[in-house]
Amino acid sequence: MREVKVVSNAATHKRGFGAVLWDYLTTVDHKKIAHLYLFSGGFFFLMGGIEAMLIRIQLIKPNSEFLSNGLYNEVLTMHGTTMIFLAAMPLIFALMNAAVPLQIGARDVAFPFINSLGFWLFLFGGLILNCSWFLGGAPDAGWTAYAPLSTTSPGHGVDFYVIGLQIAGAGTLIGGINFLVTIVNMRAPGMTYMRMPLFTWSVFITSILILFAFPALTVGLFLLMFERMFGAGFFDASLGGNAIIWEHLFWIFGHPEVYILILPLFGLFSDLFSTFSKKRLFGYTAMVFATMLIAFLGFMVWAHHMFTVGLGPVANSIFAIATMAIAVPTGIKIFNWLATMWGGQITINSAMLWALGFIPTFTLGGMTGVMVASVVADYQYHDSYFVVAHFHYVIVGGTIFGIFAGLHYWWPKMFGRILHEGMGKLTFWTFLIGFHLTFFIQHFLGLMGMPRRYSTYLPNQGLDLGNLISTIGAFFMAFAVIVFVINVFYTAAKGEKAPADPWDGRTLEWATASPPAHYNFKQVPLVRGLDPLWIEKTEGKGKLTPSEPLGDIHMPNASILPFVMSLGLFIAGFGFIYQVDDKGWLAVVFIGMAITLGSMLIRSLKDDLGHHITKEELEREAD
Amino acid sequence: MSHDHSLNPETMPHEPEKATLEGKNKFIGFWFFLGGETVLFASLFGTYLALRNATAGGPSAEELFGLDLVFIMTILLLTSSLTSVYAIYHMKNNDFGKMCLWFIITIILGFGFLGSEIYEFTHYIHNEGFTFTSSAFGSAFYTLVGFHGGHVLFGLCWFIALLLRNAKRGLNLYNAPKFYVVSLYWHFIDVVWVFIFTVVYLMGKVV
Repeated sequence: MREVKVVSNAATHKRGFGAVLWDYLTTVDHKKIAHLYLFSGGFFFLMGGIEAMLIRIQLIKPNSEFLSNGLYNEVLTMHGTTMIFLAAMPLIFALMNAAVPLQIGARDVAFPFINSLGFWLFLFGGLILNCSWFLGGAPDAGWTAYAPLSTTSPGHGVDFYVIGLQIAGAGTLIGGINFLVTIVNMRAPGMTYMRMPLFTWSVFITSILILFAFPALTVGLFLLMFERMFGAGFFDASLGGNAIIWEHLFWIFGHPEVYILILPLFGLFSDLFSTFSKKRLFGYTAMVFATMLIAFLGFMVWAHHMFTVGLGPVANSIFAIATMAIAVPTGIKIFNWLATMWGGQITINSAMLWALGFIPTFTLGGMTGVMVASVVADYQYHDSYFVVAHFHYVIVGGTIFGIFAGLHYWWPKMFGRILHEGMGKLTFWTFLIGFHLTFFIQHFLGLMGMPRRYSTYLPNQGLDLGNLISTIGAFFMAFAVIVFVINVFYTAAKGEKAPADPWDGRTLEWATASPPAHYNFKQVPLVRGLDPLWIEKTEGKGKLTPSEPLGDIHMPNASILPFVMSLGLFIAGFGFIYQVDDKGWLAVVFIGMAITLGSMLIRSLKDDLGHHITKEELEREAD
Repeated sequence: MSHDHSLNPETMPHEPEKATLEGKNKFIGFWFFLGGETVLFASLFGTYLALRNATAGGPSAEELFGLDLVFIMTILLLTSSLTSVYAIYHMKNNDFGKMCLWFIITIILGFGFLGSEIYEFTHYIHNEGFTFTSSAFGSAFYTLVGFHGGHVLFGLCWFIALLLRNAKRGLNLYNAPKFYVVSLYWHFIDVVWVFIFTVVYLMGKVV
């Protein structure tokens, strides 16, 4: 058996564009995969943001004709789908990949190849979805794609939704499994479960949610695909089908999904508050169990999206009470964050600002959540702008605030440079003000009867001023995002070089260089307690105790196969979509599947044992 | 790490599938994957249970199903699970030849099952006029049972690929986890079949 030579560890000398591109196409390094997730997720975030602006411009005044009704449906559907699946999820995966292996003192993730495959599946799924804009129209049945609206929607829009999400969802699922195994098996010696940083804890629990939630979506999308492309009758009443099955499957996935979107950021905020307050996190154990409880309850409450379907009073009551119960562990978390700051030496920088802005914003979203969970009142709120306001308070006020906080916090670790503070603060304040302008007023619009998903409204019904204010707020947020993008470019060109530990951090990721060497830790550290780096600092060492002598490091090889596998599915996806029009497209299905299955076969038949970085090489590298 | 030495009875660890970190990762990762698969099949079962009486005037479960064929299929698949247990038993005893032999028997039984299923489906379609598009019950039946059949086919391809790749190599700590994991997959398929046998065929005949 042969040991394959090191492919790309010479980052010191300048390389051409082609070499860098090839490096990123084939990389299995979790830190580079984090970059890939960040930039593609960021790209889709901008797409979703443009779609949001189009929605708000359309609604700036009554009877507006800026967008046609059909186009409005497409923009609305794509905004929701893009933001949830193609922006928030990958940005969270970017943070996971950037931080989790470092936080647990691991050299790598458990399955580097699968990590890369997960990314490429997500990207190609997202590309399929967005190709719909240029190929006859985007999906227009709402991001929830309720049957029979989705099954009868003409054109190929919903087909792109089905295929794109199926591929992207597979990527998320294997990514989740990868992080589960990484956290179970790859922790440094001494890193017991109850010494893991809260971000790692919440990624662990989130990955369990991904594992159990996404297969339900897989099945739902298959059923929808069979119905649209092969004439099945799951949702077609004339064949005995039942459209409510889609709603159940969608929300069995969809409700845990909102916790998949928020829990990692809860963990991140816990790390942030403790770092920037110079205190141990208050109530660490309670935080861990609260996270578990939220995850468990998050699974039990999917039917609260369906109160008005007519499940009957018993089912509605059970789901209402279970939903309200989630407020308890969430409240525990809010109070623990406040108590962590209490009496601490607080540093306020842009990362901390996002965390501070998150607490009141998310709490407001949580309170309207309890309101919406009340069945009787929900008959009034359901499908109105009140609900739109509620979930934007939770998802933007939690997830997006959290992603911004995480990016400001870990940017030095990811890129070796610190984001510009002034621009960071400008981004935060304009976004915060814009956010509340946009969404606070929507609660009232909803209570006054403005329905969600509608492309227009009539004048003189008390909805004009609220919508105008809401649109103005949206422009503030757009401005904030533009400032952030400028900040990224500015930092890349002229940003301040970051030391290993710019924030006087407490957890292991700050114990290694910024950005870290591709093997993360020269010697795997020995963990002696919670906040291991802080322990070493207070004992005056400032450096981690190694758990092993310096020796050869085993690393995985780069591979183009994940890219090729995903490309095959991308090609096959178009075949599936267009075989409805012309059976000749089945040839494309077979070509695409042959590419994917062929590269899977190559992967199984050809051993890939990775390579070693020798002890001598490590000694040559400066500390 | 030396993957290239075949094991001998002296160096063989008690659990070769979990003796390396890679093996341990595969082992735990695969259990997690099966957790996800459980939700996949649970969703399909839920859909089937909701639609199993929605025949839209077409043939019903009671008219269609013949328990004798299903009985044979069950015997074939359950026995194949048993033979893969023998294979893993021989893996733990470091007897590569016997392990391969029992896996080959497993594969033959698996193909027997798959062939019966294909016969069953074509029989329904051509003789009974019961198709994927004839009713919601038809869609749900072929989707649930077909997903299981697809898993069987994938498992068989996986077995064959592993046996061919390792035919001349013997057992080592690099491929032991692979054999272990595929047998785990095979047991999972078997468990799902027990549920299909009960929920689809027996309940279809009785209720």
